[in-house]
Amino acid sequence: MAADLDTILKKYKQGRREDLIPLLQEIQAENGYLSEESIIKVGGHLGLSTTKIFGLATFYDEFRFVPSGKVHIKICHGTSCFVNGSQPVIDKFKEELKILPGQTTRSGNLSFEIVSCMGGCYHGPVILVNGEYQIHVRPEQVPDLVKKLKFIIEND
Amino acid sequence: MEDLKTFLIQKVLLFESDTLPVETEKVLQQIRRDKTNVPVIHISSNTSSIIAGSEKTLNAVQTYIEENEPGALTVRVGCSGPANYEPMVCIQMPGKNKLFFRNITEEKVEALLNGVFHNDINEDDLLGQAGTRGFEFWPGISFMDDLPFFAHQKRVVLGNCGCYDPESIEEYIARGGYSTYVKTIRHYTYEEVCDIIERSGLRGRSGGGYLTGLKWKQALNTSSNARYLICNAKESDPGSFSDRTILESDPHRLIEGMAIAAYAIGATNAILYLKSGSDYARKRLQSAISKAREYGIIGHNIYSSGYNLEILLRQEPGAFVCGEETALINSLEGKRGMPQLKPPYPTTSGLSGKPTVINNVETLMNVPLIMQNGPEWFRSIGTETSPGTKIFAITGRGRMSGVVEVEMGTTLGTVLEDIVDGIKDGKEFKAIQLGGASGSFITAENLDTPVDFDAMKQKGFGMGAGGFVVIDETSCMVDMVRYYMEFIRNESCGKCIPCREGTGRMLEILESVIKKPVNEDSGTTLERFKGVMQLETISSVMKDASLCGLGQTAPNPFVSALKHFREEFEEHIFDRKCRANVCRGLRTFLIDVEKCTGCTVCAGKCPVNAIYGTRLQPFFIVEDKCIGCGICYDVCKFSAVIVK
Repeated sequence: MAADLDTILKKYKQGRREDLIPLLQEIQAENGYLSEESIIKVGGHLGLSTTKIFGLATFYDEFRFVPSGKVHIKICHGTSCFVNGSQPVIDKFKEELKILPGQTTRSGNLSFEIVSCMGGCYHGPVILVNGEYQIHVRPEQVPDLVKKLKFIIEND
Repeated sequence: MEDLKTFLIQKVLLFESDTLPVETEKVLQQIRRDKTNVPVIHISSNTSSIIAGSEKTLNAVQTYIEENEPGALTVRVGCSGPANYEPMVCIQMPGKNKLFFRNITEEKVEALLNGVFHNDINEDDLLGQAGTRGFEFWPGISFMDDLPFFAHQKRVVLGNCGCYDPESIEEYIARGGYSTYVKTIRHYTYEEVCDIIERSGLRGRSGGGYLTGLKWKQALNTSSNARYLICNAKESDPGSFSDRTILESDPHRLIEGMAIAAYAIGATNAILYLKSGSDYARKRLQSAISKAREYGIIGHNIYSSGYNLEILLRQEPGAFVCGEETALINSLEGKRGMPQLKPPYPTTSGLSGKPTVINNVETLMNVPLIMQNGPEWFRSIGTETSPGTKIFAITGRGRMSGVVEVEMGTTLGTVLEDIVDGIKDGKEFKAIQLGGASGSFITAENLDTPVDFDAMKQKGFGMGAGGFVVIDETSCMVDMVRYYMEFIRNESCGKCIPCREGTGRMLEILESVIKKPVNEDSGTTLERFKGVMQLETISSVMKDASLCGLGQTAPNPFVSALKHFREEFEEHIFDRKCRANVCRGLRTFLIDVEKCTGCTVCAGKCPVNAIYGTRLQPFFIVEDKCIGCGICYDVCKFSAVIVK
């Protein structure tokens, strides 16, 4: 992992302030999250204090600081999905997984987050489970879905 | 391939007269697949159709072709508008008009293709036919343009969307693309381009409606050694996807628009600021930019005009407020996306302190068309003060959904009744929410308002970026307002107090309204009423004192909902009732005596012991004790618990 970080840093040799966000985005795309170690390294590279970088990264929704679960679920909460009933679906996920949006279960298997619009507005509520879209999701389907996912993870 | 590139550059892009020679036209026809000897199957491919399953459809079509019709072509095209018809498939048989089919999921593919290839068309999924002169009609099949969804639209900016393969620059050039840009940089000066755009009366499509030509002139007239053009494809409103559809369906016209705009202000660097999470659009744009570089559209000394241009793609890291100009610039500079006090406006001091013009996607999409057809043509569309067209992303509870483009001056009622075709499932219409999270609700009495910057402003509505959410009786207005307020509260950058504190307090008060207090005597009722009294004051303070547009417009949904749906708010506050049965906290439950088997599950789960009864006899709920959590409703296996 550390080697990856160095190759990414090499791409931004000039170390300008403008590069900070693309740099963090690339690290996140590579590792799935921003580790403490990577933030310190980026700070050293750009000559910025760690607190500044951490402050910036927490300001934006995209960055996360804990690894996501083996299965990551994205739930759309755009206006159209909301009108079509995404709130009960989110509540059900919270209840079933016993975590809040943005968190990962203690086993490290499942995580979920709320996004503002995925673009499938007619088919709402839309959820994205490991790269596969599911449309017209009803809260009643959630317990079965979670059971199925847990089964898949355990037998993997 | 190399030959085709040289041919297109020499014979099309660098060709000086308006009408191309016949031989050139013939080659272009081939690229456009106007006349084909083999069947061509077009499959829509954008985020919305992929969600509906178009990639699976494409695979099924390809398998079918390999087995039964070798030689037929499949082409991925952009989105032609109606999202509820996704995945859409269009089939062009040699010499015949195109046929459009809706909702073709993978299992329908075989039957559909069997039918079309053997002249036995399934009418159920058929939408209509479309074509130009010289093609054979399909008898007895209506035309696409006659469908109400398309008949009331004027598709100028979206003209190319859904017609061509967005990954193919050759096809875009064959459709007349990029030649306007090449002519512009070879024959016009910076001032002339600004002049043409100013004369056309094009106004910024992001909501403010500022004259685009004037904005460009301001940047051009500020002396500086560098200038920047930024295309704001941030489109932050939840539930608005028109920009994304354009980026995915017609990326080359946007690049052409950006290139012309950058030339007009003398900028050698243009930045495309893309919304986070739109990975498909990013992929398409990256490919479009590299193709444009291959063709010398961007680069050094473009077509020996002496003009250099570089286009950079940047993805926004996820903050609603970054749609605001100064916040966007801060985020590009690697800082927190917080707005700054204006003036100085970005046109005088923007990115790195240099003059910067920020235009949104729809505005820039209009630019190549104006340069091609002239400002008079543009003025002939739309109204006197707002020429052109406007794109809406229609979502919500309407029967039709998708991206539509209407002429300015069309009334909102026409859009709702003719294009959207009323409300799903025969429900009652309640309101349109226009302009995203900070827009207003428009009720039935205001549906005669024309789509026009000034007419809208006069009535106090903002058009915003074109989000058009249809709301029906199944939605609770208090809950809608709470939803928007929660969204804004989460997205407020926290720089200025009116916005940071105001949104938080307003959300708190609204949440207390839709929740049932556990007991009424602990002063919570008094607190709730005190809060409700303050809502209007907080709104007006936020409107006056917030730093940027986000805070100033944040109370809009609340203010307009209160104006039109006051009785609903009062019902929530005084009667503790939600007529749409949406607010979970206010629901009251009843046990159906007929269905209840007396299994005691609900009584065991009830957190406040509000359910009484004898085993194997129907149970009942004590309403005064019930807190409306809904656990009994969820656990009952016999659907005996009903919402009153």
